[in-house]
Amino acid sequence: MYPAKFDYYRANSVEEAVKLLAENSDAKLLAGGHSLIPAMKLRLTQPALLIDIGKIDSLKNIKANGSLEIGALATHARVAASADVKKWFPALANAASLIGDQQVRNFGTIGGNIAHADPASDPPTVLIAAGATIHVRGASGTRAIAAEDFFVDLFTTALEPGEVVTKIEIPNLSGRKSAYAKMSHPASRYAIVGVCAVLSMEGDTCKEARLVVGGAVAHATRLSEAEAVLKGKKLDAAALKAAADAAIAQVGDDAMGDITAPADYRRAMVGQYLQRAIQSALG
Amino acid sequence: MKISVKINGKTVERDVDPRMLLVHFLRDELGLTGTKVGCDTSQCGSCTVHLNGEALKSCTFFAVQADGAEITTIEGLAANGSLHPMQEGFWEKHGLQCGYCTPGMIMASVAFLKKHAHPTEEDIRHGLEGNLCRCTGYHNIVAAVKAASEKMGG
Repeated sequence: MYPAKFDYYRANSVEEAVKLLAENSDAKLLAGGHSLIPAMKLRLTQPALLIDIGKIDSLKNIKANGSLEIGALATHARVAASADVKKWFPALANAASLIGDQQVRNFGTIGGNIAHADPASDPPTVLIAAGATIHVRGASGTRAIAAEDFFVDLFTTALEPGEVVTKIEIPNLSGRKSAYAKMSHPASRYAIVGVCAVLSMEGDTCKEARLVVGGAVAHATRLSEAEAVLKGKKLDAAALKAAADAAIAQVGDDAMGDITAPADYRRAMVGQYLQRAIQSALG
Repeated sequence: MKISVKINGKTVERDVDPRMLLVHFLRDELGLTGTKVGCDTSQCGSCTVHLNGEALKSCTFFAVQADGAEITTIEGLAANGSLHPMQEGFWEKHGLQCGYCTPGMIMASVAFLKKHAHPTEEDIRHGLEGNLCRCTGYHNIVAAVKAASEKMGG
């Protein structure tokens, strides 16, 4: 399959990419291309210009220094293997290791992934749970968007036309327990349901829980009802069951369904995977 | 657009249309037809090659993106006329039925072993999730990769 014809330009810096985006309203950025190229081959998208940012090395760094900064062009394979990511936020390293397959992880990037905002993707779920910040740059300068506000709808983000994701910043999560629990589609490995739990504990008592669901709904979403149920509670079987029930109720009619997993089933699995994520986080 | 790529040790320069996929560049421009097009939708892995040492589905990459890169295809795996241990493993364990997925399976397996020198059967099955065999001949493929890993000192 061939995509529609397009012009190609390789940008050597973020500034150049931003300038080209501003000058060409029908342009798209090409990072790893592992979401964009399949869509172009199916002619679901037909940009007139591709601006290849894949060789901008300054966007590839992962560094921990007060907060964990992951460049937009860090591949899933590098995020999964990074000692810094494993130490700071192991749920993200685990989620990255579960994306697609080794070939996809070698070239797909975390920035491209979140800009694409596929509802069945894994990184949005864990980034919201971590309280991450998405840094972007446009013609009028830079801005920082909370991950929670970044994912707006199916394949829709808070990015304005002409903006480029530059890095993802994850706050210091030391002392918190976290885990990602995922039901993978058996063929594509996309998430049928994925839940991330980030827990702040005092002994057996949960001081604060950040619980996020993806896959089952149009965009990764905080399970605020379940978070409220767990606050100040001992995380025993009854508390987990109550949180699961609250999560199922909150998802409600928002659950998506398809031939693999109907909405009723996904909704029920949100409860199951919520409990698994919490149990896994508690170890 | 003009690109320069090192393929199986040899530098090649060509003028390509930006929308030309790497797999078509390899097969149609260079005649390297060992790399197969299977699903053409980034799922089956039969088009797997190595780009700068990393396994890549070449149906999901434009040839222009490969400018300046080093690529190895199945044709470049045997050194000086002797089969790569992975190729020997597929031969000895009969890790194929129709053979269509085999070049991609071998390229994915070689890349996988670079990062997992001592794989268990489960590791191999997880590592090859990006490659489909429609003959469903997975059992012998896994045995072939295991045999190759032992031969390569794993």
